Amino acid sequence: MKYRSYSLLVAALGTATLASSALAADGKISSNQFNPAISLILDARYTDLDQTELELPGFQLGGEAGLPEKGFSTGHNELTISANIDDRFYGSLNTAIIYSNGETEIELEEAYIETLGLGSGLTIKGGQFFSGFGYLNGIHDHAHDFADTPLVYDALFGGHLKDTGVQLRWLAPTDFYLLLGAEVTSGSEYPSGENADNNKGRTLFAKTGGDFGVSSSWQLGASYYQSKFDVREAGGGHHHGGEEAPEADNELLNGEVDVSGIDFVYKWAPNGNGKQRNFKLQAEYLIRNEKADAEFTEDSNSAEAAYDGEQSGYYVQAIYQFMPSWRVGARYDAIEADNKISSFVDNGVDQDEFLEESGLGAEGKPNRSSVMVDYAPSHFSRLRLQYSKLENGHGEKDDQIMLQYTMSLGSHGAHSY
Amino acid sequence: MNRLPRKMSQLLLVLAFFVVALPASAKLNAFACEPEWAELVREIGGDKYRVFSATNAFQNPHFIEARPSLIAKVRRADLLVCSGAELEIGWLPLLLRQSANPNIQTDKPGYFMAAMQVSRLEIPQHLDRSHGDIHADGNPHVHLDPLRLISIAKKLSQRMAAIDPDNSAYYSLRFKLFRRQLNKQLNQLAPLIAQLEGQKVVVYHKSWSYLLDWLDMTAVADLEPVPGVAPSSSYLVKLLKQIRQQKPAFIMVAAYQDQKAAKWLAKKSGLPLVVLPYTIGGNDSSNNLVELFADTLEQMVQQGLN
Repeated sequence: MKYRSYSLLVAALGTATLASSALAADGKISSNQFNPAISLILDARYTDLDQTELELPGFQLGGEAGLPEKGFSTGHNELTISANIDDRFYGSLNTAIIYSNGETEIELEEAYIETLGLGSGLTIKGGQFFSGFGYLNGIHDHAHDFADTPLVYDALFGGHLKDTGVQLRWLAPTDFYLLLGAEVTSGSEYPSGENADNNKGRTLFAKTGGDFGVSSSWQLGASYYQSKFDVREAGGGHHHGGEEAPEADNELLNGEVDVSGIDFVYKWAPNGNGKQRNFKLQAEYLIRNEKADAEFTEDSNSAEAAYDGEQSGYYVQAIYQFMPSWRVGARYDAIEADNKISSFVDNGVDQDEFLEESGLGAEGKPNRSSVMVDYAPSHFSRLRLQYSKLENGHGEKDDQIMLQYTMSLGSHGAHSY
Repeated sequence: MNRLPRKMSQLLLVLAFFVVALPASAKLNAFACEPEWAELVREIGGDKYRVFSATNAFQNPHFIEARPSLIAKVRRADLLVCSGAELEIGWLPLLLRQSANPNIQTDKPGYFMAAMQVSRLEIPQHLDRSHGDIHADGNPHVHLDPLRLISIAKKLSQRMAAIDPDNSAYYSLRFKLFRRQLNKQLNQLAPLIAQLEGQKVVVYHKSWSYLLDWLDMTAVADLEPVPGVAPSSSYLVKLLKQIRQQKPAFIMVAAYQDQKAAKWLAKKSGLPLVVLPYTIGGNDSSNNLVELFADTLEQMVQQGLN
């Protein structure tokens, strides 16, 4: 008999909602409810590969560039804690807990604050953060579509371009999407190095994007990074599963580095409804220029040279979710180095040995082809099988098979586009 | 040489006119996460609002990305109307942060979460992901209960008045017109409501809880084993057995949901499959909220009970 008493019910409703909201207000509030969002990613894998160290001739590797450990290993177990600090600021901390070579390391990936609704389309971020450079750079490893980062990111950025500093972003008040960003950072992280001022890093980026009908969307970006450094030690970063560096001193002095990149992403889902099926095409092209005085010392022998390098690379990848929970993907990535050495000084190390030992001698075009299939029973769990064939430029081929899981516990924040 | 400054001052005057006149005549921008809220903004906001809906009736609002076009739209919004209760948790927080828009941040009048304006069903006793994609604040799919909808409409009209006090009488009037129109329609639908009362049904997802609650109907089975997880074939077989015991009247799914599993179950069990619009634009005869209720009830009775 409900239908007869609508007006009565509607009249009563006002009182009812008042009562229910009062109830909610009286609900128990414990200090616990102010806890920030905590998200933990568990990542582990089994890897089968021939080589144990990543060697890419022509690239002095840094940061986290490297191969995964052979056999069983844990990857980046990421712990993220984030919350709105107050009505003006948002804060986030992201650490990776890594176990390798018998040691547990806690690595700070990001620790930043960001303004909330500053107005005029402006957002300011400060602290340590993944640069706004490129597309993949800002995405944490657990959200990558493959078990490893593209060679071009490993070779040019040591995994990610991350640094400490400030970022300013401006979102244009237009109907189409236009984002401009600038960063000033310490410039002390790879591919830059120690600098006395500790503020030499500069980044600019622009992104635009939109929709093609209801089913497709895209984003296009262009980025530029530059820095100057006094000293950059080669191979100074930690290699996951890599061997200890030999007793040699390999460094660049008085250097300048810049990286330019373009990135493109296209996503498709029937009627914009990605749950059943969706497709993603993603590509980035990066060029790095660097100039420095190179020095290589082994025991009492050494060599010096003026180094001027141009290195570039790209990757193209496509991911297709053909039914809920199941995705397949393919990726091709390649890098190339063109390094010039001049004013060579031989103090017991000849030029050939210098080129090889310093990692500056370019040879061939390292490239890798990968395919993967992953299964995600829910938003929060994913199992992935990946096969890659890596050609490192020396003419050596490495077949790599990885079986990986990435699982998300707790309140996992939204992923950006 | 004397003319140039004069022309320039004329030009400046014209420019100044536009700068002053434009904001006065410009409409407010509303960003709605779902079509039902876009339509409610149209009902209450009338010609004072320009409305953009982030999703259409064939999109599952759980699985939307914070894509560039949406960020650009939120940047300029004066009012954000969404379901809330974590329905848009996968994309809305990012849109808010990336928009840099002070009008629609969580503590501002421009932030309006419809589900949070009314009491909610299915608030979980404890939160455990093994129970599926559950929402701590309860079921967010509130719009198909007309009583809750009227209550939300009233709150929205008050919110619009707070944002734009000059037109508060206008919003209040439009709310009353909407309430009268909806009540009139519901009175006309009374015979259908009477037929549906007490019926048992099979549902797909928790999208229907509020409609069933209002109609005193019961969902005896759900095509999803746990919320947000697609049915497996072994689960469907189990469901078939359950249906034979419970004897529900029909299976109801939303236009945006995958109907393969529902069709299989309908064929095997012999139950009618009723595909409902769920929201505005879900079919040709659901162009506004009043029509949405009429079409939903008519289809449930005509296809489900006959």
